[in-house]
Amino acid sequence: MKHKKAKKYGMVIDLDKCTGCGSCMVACMAENNVPFRKDESDKLLSITWMRIYKLTNGKPFPNIDICYLPRPCMHCEGQHEGHSPCVTVCPAIATDYSIETGIVSQIYTRCFGCRYCMASCPYHARYFNWWDPVWPDGMEKYLSPNVSPRMRGVVEKCSFCFHRYQMAKEKAFMEGRRELKEDEYQTACTQACPAGAITFGDLNNPNHAVHRMVKPDLKHHGRPTNPNAFRLLERLGTNPKVYYLSSREWVRRAGDNYLEKEVKLKKTVHHG
Amino acid sequence: MKIDRRSFLSFLIGGAAGTTLSPLTWKLMDDSAIWTQMWPWTPVPEDGEASYVNSACSLCSGGCGITVRKIDDRAVKIEGMKEHPVNNGGLCLLGLSGLQLLYGPTRVRTPLKRVGKRGQGRWEKISWKDAVSEVSETLGELREKGQSHTAGIISGSDRGTVPRLFDRFLTVYGSPNLMRTSSIIDSYELTLHLMQGVQALPGFDFENADFILSFGSGIIDGWGSPVRMFRANSTWCNTGGKVIQIEPRLSNTAAKSDKWIPINPGTEASLALGIAHVIIKESLYDAGFINYYSEGFEDWKRFVLDEYGPDSVATVTGIDSTTIIALARSFARASKPLAICGRGQGTTPGSLNECTAVHALNALVGNINKKGGIFAVAEPDYINWPEIEMDDSAAAGMQKGRLDGAGSKKYPFSRHLLNRLPQAVNSGEKYPLKALFVAGANPLYTMSDSKAVKKAFDKVPFVVSFSSYMDETAQNADLILPNHAYLERYEDIPTPAGMPKPVIGLSRPVVEPQFNTKHTGDVIILLAKAMGGNIADAFAWNSYDECLKETLGYKWRVMVEKGFWSYPDIFVQTHEKSFDTVSGKFEFAPKETGSLKQFKPVNIEGDKTNYPLLLIPYDSIRLANGVVGDPPFVMKSVDDTVLKGTDVFIELNPKTAGEHGLREGQLAMLSTPVGKARVKVHLFDGIMPGLVALPRGLGHTAFDDYLAGKGINFNELIGPVEDSVSGLDAAWGIRVKLAKA
Repeated sequence: MKHKKAKKYGMVIDLDKCTGCGSCMVACMAENNVPFRKDESDKLLSITWMRIYKLTNGKPFPNIDICYLPRPCMHCEGQHEGHSPCVTVCPAIATDYSIETGIVSQIYTRCFGCRYCMASCPYHARYFNWWDPVWPDGMEKYLSPNVSPRMRGVVEKCSFCFHRYQMAKEKAFMEGRRELKEDEYQTACTQACPAGAITFGDLNNPNHAVHRMVKPDLKHHGRPTNPNAFRLLERLGTNPKVYYLSSREWVRRAGDNYLEKEVKLKKTVHHG
Repeated sequence: MKIDRRSFLSFLIGGAAGTTLSPLTWKLMDDSAIWTQMWPWTPVPEDGEASYVNSACSLCSGGCGITVRKIDDRAVKIEGMKEHPVNNGGLCLLGLSGLQLLYGPTRVRTPLKRVGKRGQGRWEKISWKDAVSEVSETLGELREKGQSHTAGIISGSDRGTVPRLFDRFLTVYGSPNLMRTSSIIDSYELTLHLMQGVQALPGFDFENADFILSFGSGIIDGWGSPVRMFRANSTWCNTGGKVIQIEPRLSNTAAKSDKWIPINPGTEASLALGIAHVIIKESLYDAGFINYYSEGFEDWKRFVLDEYGPDSVATVTGIDSTTIIALARSFARASKPLAICGRGQGTTPGSLNECTAVHALNALVGNINKKGGIFAVAEPDYINWPEIEMDDSAAAGMQKGRLDGAGSKKYPFSRHLLNRLPQAVNSGEKYPLKALFVAGANPLYTMSDSKAVKKAFDKVPFVVSFSSYMDETAQNADLILPNHAYLERYEDIPTPAGMPKPVIGLSRPVVEPQFNTKHTGDVIILLAKAMGGNIADAFAWNSYDECLKETLGYKWRVMVEKGFWSYPDIFVQTHEKSFDTVSGKFEFAPKETGSLKQFKPVNIEGDKTNYPLLLIPYDSIRLANGVVGDPPFVMKSVDDTVLKGTDVFIELNPKTAGEHGLREGQLAMLSTPVGKARVKVHLFDGIMPGLVALPRGLGHTAFDDYLAGKGINFNELIGPVEDSVSGLDAAWGIRVKLAKA
C-alpha cells in the first residue's frame, strides 16, 4: 500500500525551448547557498549543481548547429529502485535514495570526502569542496537559512531543492492535507526558467505534466515512450529521472553518447 | 660520540626519510584538515520569519517584476513575479543574482571626494551636506559666469521621474546637455519620427506574430526586454511561429531559430531592400495599406526595383538569390510577419538606412499598429509637473546648441548623440564641458573608443557620479554621491524596451538602505534648494518619495499593491489618425533619410591591406555589458571557451585559423586601428570565415575581483562611425589584424 503512494519526482527539460541563458544555474546557486571563487573558469573545480553544456553537431560552417543541455543531478533510480551509482558506493551512507520521493540526498555532515560517488557518477553531477566557502564582507547576509552552507572536504550536488519539498509538506500538514498539489513543490530552476523549458513533478502521477510529457513506461524503469524524449546515457541502465525533449535527431543521439560504429555493436549487447 | 660531517648528513637524510615514510606526518595533516573543517568559518545563516516583497528590477531596461524572499530584515532570494505582464515568474540570471550587488563589495558606502589623482582610487569620506554644497557651489559659479550651458548630464534613460527630475533641473539651471545612453531605440525613435511623424517608442507585438524576420537581433541573447523575449520564443515553439535569423555568426538566437541565414556583416540593409524588391515585383505587398495610407511608394518602388534585384543583392550580402526570393515570399505570405533590427542586444544604434529599410518591410506587409505587428507606443503621460519659470540666464543657456550636436543643423532630427560627445570635448570645437553628472550610466566602460572617452573625461574639470557601485566612471569621478541600490529605493520603472503597451513598474525598498547612501531624486531636490531662486521654485517637493507619490496620483495605491501599473491594452489606432507626417500617411521615402540615394554601406574603420579580417562583437545574456557588470554568480556561468583565467577567447572559423597558423587555445594578438589586445583562440564553425568575434561585457577595470581584470573590453578596440543622417553610431565592427602572440 505504502509503495503505491510513493512519489517519483522527476524533471523534463525541453531542449527546443532552452535558450542556454543560464537562469537555472544562477537560480540554483542563489537558492542553495552555492559558494563562488575569484576564478571560476576551471570548470572541473567550479561548483554548479545545475550546469549547462553546449552541444554541437560537429558540422562545418554554415551547417553547424548548437544545442544547450542543462544538467542537474539525474536522481538515478538504478536497476532496482535505490541502486543509484553514487548511493551504492558511498561508504558513509552520506548519500541515499528516498523510496518515498525518489530523490537522491546528500548529507554533508556524514560525508568524509572520499569522492567515490564522484567517480561513480557518469554525469559529473557531483562536486567536491576543495576550499572553505568564503563570502565577501557583507554578502553572507543573503544566505538562506533553509540550506546549510557546506564546509571544505565534502561533496555536494543538486537536491531537487529538497528543502522546498519539506517546506511545502509542512505547510500542507498545517492545513490538514497529506498530499501536495503539483505547483506546491517546484525546484528553483523550474521556477526561474524564463523560457518555461523545465517542468517538474511526480512521474508516478498521470495527472502531472512531467508524466504526460514523456509518458514514462513505469514497468521498465520509466523509459520514455514519447519518441522525442530521451535520458542521458540510457544504455548504462542508471535510469535517471531527468528527461530531455528534442525535435532534433542529432541532439537525441548526442544525449545517448553513441560512439562511431556503435549502432552495429548495440544489437549484440544484451540488456538486463 | 663525535659528530662529523658524515654522521651529520646521515642523521639529516635518515631523519628526512624516516619522517617521510612514517605515517605520522600524513596522519597529522589529515587530522588537522578534518579538525579545521569544523571551525566556525562556515557560516550558519540565521533563521527568522519569512516574508515576500514585490518590486521591480532595474538592472536593465527589461522592467521585470520581482518578488524578493526575506528572512527577518535580510533579503535572501530574488524571484520573478508571477502574473507580471513582462516576465510572469521567469527571471534572467542577472536579476536572480541582484543580491550580490546589494550586499556586495562594490557598493559605494558613503559620499566620497577624490583626494589623489583621478582614477587613483584615493578617496575622502565626506558628509552629504558638504557633498551637496560642493556641487551647488560649483554649479553656482558656472551660472554666475554665464556658463550654465557647460554643465551636462549623461543619463541611462530619459524616461521616468528621476531622469525627468534631472532634465528639469538642467533646464531651469540653463543647459541643454542631457545626454542619454545610446541604443537601437535611438534609431527606431528616429525612424518612427521620419516615417510616421510621431514621437514614440517602438512596441513589438511578438506574442501575436508568427513569422519573425530578425536582422541580427539577439532575440534570446538579451535584445529588448530579455525575459519577455525568452517567453515569446517559447510561445513560437508552441504555436509554430517561425524565426529567421540573419547574421554572420551562429548566436544562440540563430541556433534556436528555424533558419539561420549567414550574411556578410553590415549588409543587412541591402538584404532588406532586396526582399522588398521581390515583394514588390511579385505584388505580394498589402495593397490596401500601400494605396490608402502610404506616401512616396512609387518613388521608393522605382528605386528598389532599379537597384536591388536579387542578383545584385546576392553579390553584396553573400546570400544566394534563390534564398532571398524564397525568404521574401514566405515573409509576405505569412499571416503575421514582423521584421526587426538592432544587432545583438541592440546596444548600438546602427545606420538609419538599415532601420528604415527594415521598417519599410513592415509597412509593405501592412503590419504597422496592428496585432502581431509594430506599434508606435507613446510614453504614458503620467509625469505632469508645474511649468518651469525660466530666468534670463537659464533661457540664455538653453539657447546654446547642444554639445553633442543633436538637434543642430547637421543632425536636426536626433535627440541624443552621446557617441559624439568625446570628439566634441576633445576637439573643443564648440564650447568646453565644465561639469558633468553621470547617473544610471557607465560611459567610461560602455562607450566605444575607450581611450578617447577617457581623454574627454580628463578634460572635464568636475565629474560627479551618482552610481551605487564603484564602476569605471565612479572610479574616475571627482565626487561620488551614491544612490541607494535598486532594492533600497522607490522609483518608477518606465515601459520596458519593445513592449507594445505601456506598463509602469514600481521599484520599492525591499530592505533598509545598507549604507550612508541617498536617493538620487532626493539629491536633485536638495541641490535645487541649495541653488535657490527659480531653481528651488521648480522643485517644490520635500522629498523624492513625496514627488513620486504625487506624480503617480491614484495609480500609487495600485502600484504599491501589485507592483506595477498596466495600461488597459494596445490601443488599436485607425490608420487615419496614426500618422502625423506632412501627408498624414506613412512615408516610404522621407527625403531626410537619403534612402533614395544609392545605398552606401557603412564605412567601418581600417584598410583591407593592413587589417585583412573583420572584428565583430557578440552579446551573451551571461555577460552583462550595461550599467552593471557580471556579479560573481553570473561570472560562474560563463563558459570556459569564452574566458579562461584572465584570458578572453576570440571565435575564429577553423579555416581562418588555419590560414593564420593558429590552433585552439593559442595566444594571439588582435590589432585594430583603435587598439590592441592579447586574446586566446577558440575555433568555432559557427562563425563566417574571415571574421573574428569577441564578446562584450568583459575587460572591466572596476567592480570587484570576481569581475575586474578579466578579458578585454570590446570598446577598447572599436571607435564610433557617424551615420551621415542621424549622427548616431553606425559602426557594426572594425577591420582587424591577427597575429601569433
